[in-house]
Amino acid sequence: MSTGTAPAITIRGLEKSFADNHVLRGVDLEVAKGSIVALLGPNGAGKTTLVRILATLLEADAGTATVNGFDVATLARDVRASISLTGQFAAVDEVLTGRENLALMATLRHLPDTTAIADRLLALFDLTEAGNRRVATWSGGMRRRLDIAMSLIGEPPVIFLDEPTTGLDPQSRLEVWAAVREAAASGTTIVLTTQYLDEAEQLADRIAIVHEGRILAEGTLATIKALKPAPRIEYVERHPSLEEIFLALTAKDPS
Amino acid sequence: MSAHFVTDTRALLGRSLRHIARSPDTIVSTAIVPIIMLLLFVYVLGGAIRAGTGPYVNYLLPGILLVTIASGVGYTSYRIFLDNQSGIVERFRSMPIARSSLLWAHVLTTVVATLASLAVVVGVALLMGFRSGAGVLAWLTTVAVLTLFTLALTWLAVIPGLTATSMDGAVGFAYPLVFLPFISSAFVPTATMPGPVRAFAEHQPVTVIVDGVRNLLAEQPVGTDIWVALSWCAGLLVVAYGGAMLTYRHSQLR
Ligand SMILES: Nc1ncnc2c1ncn2[C@@H]1O[C@H](COP(=O)(O)OP(=O)(O)OP(=O)(O)O)[C@@H](O)[C@H]1O
Ligand SMILES: [Mg+2]
Repeated sequence: MSTGTAPAITIRGLEKSFADNHVLRGVDLEVAKGSIVALLGPNGAGKTTLVRILATLLEADAGTATVNGFDVATLARDVRASISLTGQFAAVDEVLTGRENLALMATLRHLPDTTAIADRLLALFDLTEAGNRRVATWSGGMRRRLDIAMSLIGEPPVIFLDEPTTGLDPQSRLEVWAAVREAAASGTTIVLTTQYLDEAEQLADRIAIVHEGRILAEGTLATIKALKPAPRIEYVERHPSLEEIFLALTAKDPS
Repeated sequence: MSAHFVTDTRALLGRSLRHIARSPDTIVSTAIVPIIMLLLFVYVLGGAIRAGTGPYVNYLLPGILLVTIASGVGYTSYRIFLDNQSGIVERFRSMPIARSSLLWAHVLTTVVATLASLAVVVGVALLMGFRSGAGVLAWLTTVAVLTLFTLALTWLAVIPGLTATSMDGAVGFAYPLVFLPFISSAFVPTATMPGPVRAFAEHQPVTVIVDGVRNLLAEQPVGTDIWVALSWCAGLLVVAYGGAMLTYRHSQLR
């Protein structure tokens, strides 16, 4: 069904309203296979709504969308077999331990050796120590990392991440970015939403700016930047950013 | 039905059984109200009640077992509501999981937990002097009838779990069920009740089920009672299951 050049996601004229709130007003977008696309937009722009439609959780009112070659409206089951979703709010089982959460996902994806999968992901996200504790006792950032780890299981061809790094400290943010890059390097298509320009800049191959239910602009970082007014040259002293200071102070001892 | 229905259901059942195992107080709290009723009726009211030929606790126990079931099924609504709130249902729904697996897992968990609560209540009744000479077959039939009744009420409890907008709404549904045995032959024979009440009592499922179980445990001939009881349970199960699945499908794409 999907050839080497076919896009991983095709969205045409997608519309969605909640009562008289016209949230999506004709979204058109194509996402190339193996690329990372950032949906950038302010609160209420419709990012989550768009992601939920693509993940078959919500029905669109008009327009079409295909994921991995499957129509989200008519072939929802095939779409679900092609994706994983990390929603805007962590969806983990708090009564279970971190390891049990990961093993459950692996079982539900019908994979062998769930223990090895859980161990590998706990290590990847720096959660090994807490792995056997109930998630109810974890911090918000740890839950979020677990949440994202759960979405990597089974290596689905398309991964949706709705504001994956909101609420994470800079160190965890870098871990998530690294995991996202690793997944993309192995051919996974990633759609992430974010409110942070720098996250889009750091991670995404292409950026789509969502505003008032439409894609205002779409392209590489360079093309998006070219849309800005020409830069003025100013001379200012460059202090290290708070983020750089924080990272330097919290850096793990390399020895 | 999906190819993975059994494995998916088993995985999700393991998950919710862990929930129960990690808060076993739900099994005890399900048994508390029935145990209090048992104590009240046997030691406070029982002396004045003329029912059956043996000790009153023998007459009483089948009804109390149905009260236990009614107070246990509410936890289904509770757990389904919590799942919906936590967003984990959205995760499951975006995965290629057999559609009804999640509901079946919740339902079977409640059945297991309720059977455990029933065992606790029977244990207390034994301490209070309950005795039965019933054979293995009679006990097996009793367990089958009670399990079927639990299954039916549990599927019914799925509906408020899916539709409620608050936790109170989700669990509030089960309270009235606890009182259904009062308008039946559970505590006193129906013959003493005034006409319309008696008519209701004699034609509602609790009476048939209670009478059937009572005869089984008292080594009395059960006649057609047990078949009527089983039909009631099966009928209720089909209706409740259909309603729950319909509600589930409808709530899939809100
Ligand atoms: N289930 C729903 N019912 C009613 N309105 C909804 C629903 N989901 C979203 N909305 C509305 O749709 C609009 C867009 O919401 P959405 O969550 O898609 O925005 P977003 O871009 O993800 O915002 P944020 O950055 O705050 O997460 C909002 O006005 C919101 O109130
Ligand atoms: Mg959002």
